[in-house]
Amino acid sequence: MTRLSPSAVLGVLLTGALLCAALLGAVWTPYDPLGLNFTLKLAGPGAAHWLGTDEFGRDVLSRLLTGAATSFWISFLTVCLAVSAGTVIGIVTGYFRGWVDRVVMMFNDALLAFPGILLALGLLAIFGANKYGIVLALGLAYTPTVVRIVRGAVMSLREREFIEASRVMGNSNAYTMLRHILPNCIAPLTVLATSMFGWVLLAESALSFLGLGVPPPAPTWGNMLASGRPFISQAVWLAIFPGLCISLTLLGINLLGDALRDKLDPRMRH
Amino acid sequence: MHEPRPILDVRDLSLEVGRTGIQILKHVSFNVNAGEIVGIVGESGSGKSMAARSIVALNPPDIRRTSGSIRFEDRDICTMSKRDLRALRGARVGMVFQEPMTSLNPSMTIGRQMEEGLRLHSGHTKRERHRLIVDMLARVGLNDPSTALSAMPHHFSGGMRQRIMLAAMMLLKPALLIADEPTTALDAVVQRDVLELMVELTRENNTAVLMISHDLAMVATYSDRVVVMSQGEIVEQGETRSLLEAPRHAYTGKLLSALPQRMPARAIENTPVARIEVDGLVVDYAARQGLFREGKPERALNGISLNVMPGEVVAVVGGSGSGKTTLGRAIAGLIPPTEGQVLFNGDPISPSSTNYGNYRVNCQMVFQDPYSSLDPRMTVAGLVGEALRHRKELSANEKRSRVTEILDEVGLAASFATRFPHQLSGGQRQRIAIARAVVTRPQFVIADEPVSALDVTVRAQVLKLFAELQRKHGFSCLFISHDLAVVEQIADRVIVMKRGVVVEQGSRDAIFDNPQHEYTRELLQAIPTLVRTGHGGVKLGWRFHSDAGTGGNASDGMIRLPAQ
Repeated sequence: MTRLSPSAVLGVLLTGALLCAALLGAVWTPYDPLGLNFTLKLAGPGAAHWLGTDEFGRDVLSRLLTGAATSFWISFLTVCLAVSAGTVIGIVTGYFRGWVDRVVMMFNDALLAFPGILLALGLLAIFGANKYGIVLALGLAYTPTVVRIVRGAVMSLREREFIEASRVMGNSNAYTMLRHILPNCIAPLTVLATSMFGWVLLAESALSFLGLGVPPPAPTWGNMLASGRPFISQAVWLAIFPGLCISLTLLGINLLGDALRDKLDPRMRH
Repeated sequence: MHEPRPILDVRDLSLEVGRTGIQILKHVSFNVNAGEIVGIVGESGSGKSMAARSIVALNPPDIRRTSGSIRFEDRDICTMSKRDLRALRGARVGMVFQEPMTSLNPSMTIGRQMEEGLRLHSGHTKRERHRLIVDMLARVGLNDPSTALSAMPHHFSGGMRQRIMLAAMMLLKPALLIADEPTTALDAVVQRDVLELMVELTRENNTAVLMISHDLAMVATYSDRVVVMSQGEIVEQGETRSLLEAPRHAYTGKLLSALPQRMPARAIENTPVARIEVDGLVVDYAARQGLFREGKPERALNGISLNVMPGEVVAVVGGSGSGKTTLGRAIAGLIPPTEGQVLFNGDPISPSSTNYGNYRVNCQMVFQDPYSSLDPRMTVAGLVGEALRHRKELSANEKRSRVTEILDEVGLAASFATRFPHQLSGGQRQRIAIARAVVTRPQFVIADEPVSALDVTVRAQVLKLFAELQRKHGFSCLFISHDLAVVEQIADRVIVMKRGVVVEQGSRDAIFDNPQHEYTRELLQAIPTLVRTGHGGVKLGWRFHSDAGTGGNASDGMIRLPAQ
């Protein structure tokens, strides 16, 4: 086991802590995240409610935990969708080239020209604003980026002699793609997938902030940030804590992504 | 002609890599006199490039000097200010690098690039500069120098770019020219032309040359003195001819004995059915498609016919662009032929034919670049074992023992099985690549420049191994190479290619001793060979004497100088 760099340790710790919080939020919270308590509206952080309460007297900590579970789950599914679809398309087009490649890439470039969040907004109008609608919309919106990156990696890989060596051995195209191309794309894919997890989390928060994400009263970090906005002068914690959660998650994930890349590539090991 | 006062005097120079304390140069001392050509030879990692780069203080920033001095024209380079150094570089010391494809700026016209140095280091007016550049370009042999001024580097071939590079350097009439593997990337014939031009130009201006190379024959031909380096140390230096004829240091001896040499010819039986028969092979490359126009397809192979007998090694030689690599790939089935066919044991091969699976197992390939031919994410055992994937008749255990067996045959211990390619040296990687090709016990192996990327001594070992395996397993081999010395050692028969056609073929001795075609003669005359003298030394010789006598004289080992 090689020593981890300090930034890798920080990334692992941050991401690990937030993942634990999300897992915890899925099974247990100190209070009911939806439970109203009008006697305790906009209470500041204290012993009973560590992170205070919101305008309906709901416990912010409980809502953050539940929101974490929702946000992480949505981001995870979205990244899985985008990465698997993008990888398959990228590898096949990059490996075979020809007219299929040209047509797919033309379509892909057209999609890339759209800002991801705008595309997701449009798709959400089709799929409807619920958890799986968001996954589908964001997943499709982020697929072109993956296709671009994977195709680029594959095109430089297929010029390497070990791909020809595989063909000389009599291996089929499918086997060559699976055994030689895909493993060599893992390093860029890991970095991409982790940073994409961050983008999607941010995009999901943004959609929720705009009121197009997971519908209230179910909490997500984005809609908590949005609902805290009108009270920012009276109850600053309502906006600070969800915002902090989003920033720390992004930081942790990006550091983790770099560390993972260094670990996964055998050339980086000593 | 040589003045006794050295223009470059390196004394006791030691360099260390920043934090690690690893010494990359150990107490190196040598000097270069005005107008003299000094060669530095050594294998990769010997520190020869480092020694040269420290002269112009172009070493990477984490390299530290721990002792010694470098004096150039009686000034100490090590204590010079950055400003003085800049004035020195280009103006007094020129450099020509190995890779002409990358050493010219691809987005600047030739004229602008050549003018850069003149503008910085001389007081000429724009008109004078223009005239100087055009004269120099004409001098280095460009047909139309004034048009060349506005051309971009990618309009020129590698040899032409190296000429332009040389012209740009010599414009400023430097006192010293450092040439770091100046012609390694070029063909034999082009290499000779560029080197002779370099010698001519430097001689005219009394410029000294420090020539760094791993190519002993080249250094022996053109240098007055030679410095032999190994692992950061100078092991031996002296006058070129006497040093090569009677090396004193063991390492020099090892380097010289690693040079390829001709083996006695083998008797190859001509069977009625050739192992491989190529019949009228034509390969066209699809044209580069423009946005609105269809280009013309490019013909890489134009009707190639040849055959390879069982157990025979047939070498294919030719310059770059001759189609020799395309030929190998077409026979291996990596490139579909436009016309013609390949017959394996008398049966035509195509991806749809029933014997194609059999051919895939029996035809293997060794590639040129061991850094790119092995999947970096697989272990050695995985890499070699994968070749056996299509031998369904073997059990998993049999496959494992085959892998262990072949690793032993290529001289790698069983402990290598779990290593990854990046943990291996170039020579070890090429052994793995050979193991992977031979493990299936193929009847036919295509080796595409298998030793070109390797150092002299490693090359000798790998070549020996390859020949041993060939004899042991008796596979036929198509050996593609641009290195005539290597071909001379290993081939039974030689095929000479030029621009997609076979210009001459015949037994090795016939081709090397009595070439018929003009191109073969030109190829053989381009580069001298080093002939063993019997007591551990070598001297320059020429492969065959042409009637015109341009090849110099082999008997006295005379160094051939260009006509003034």
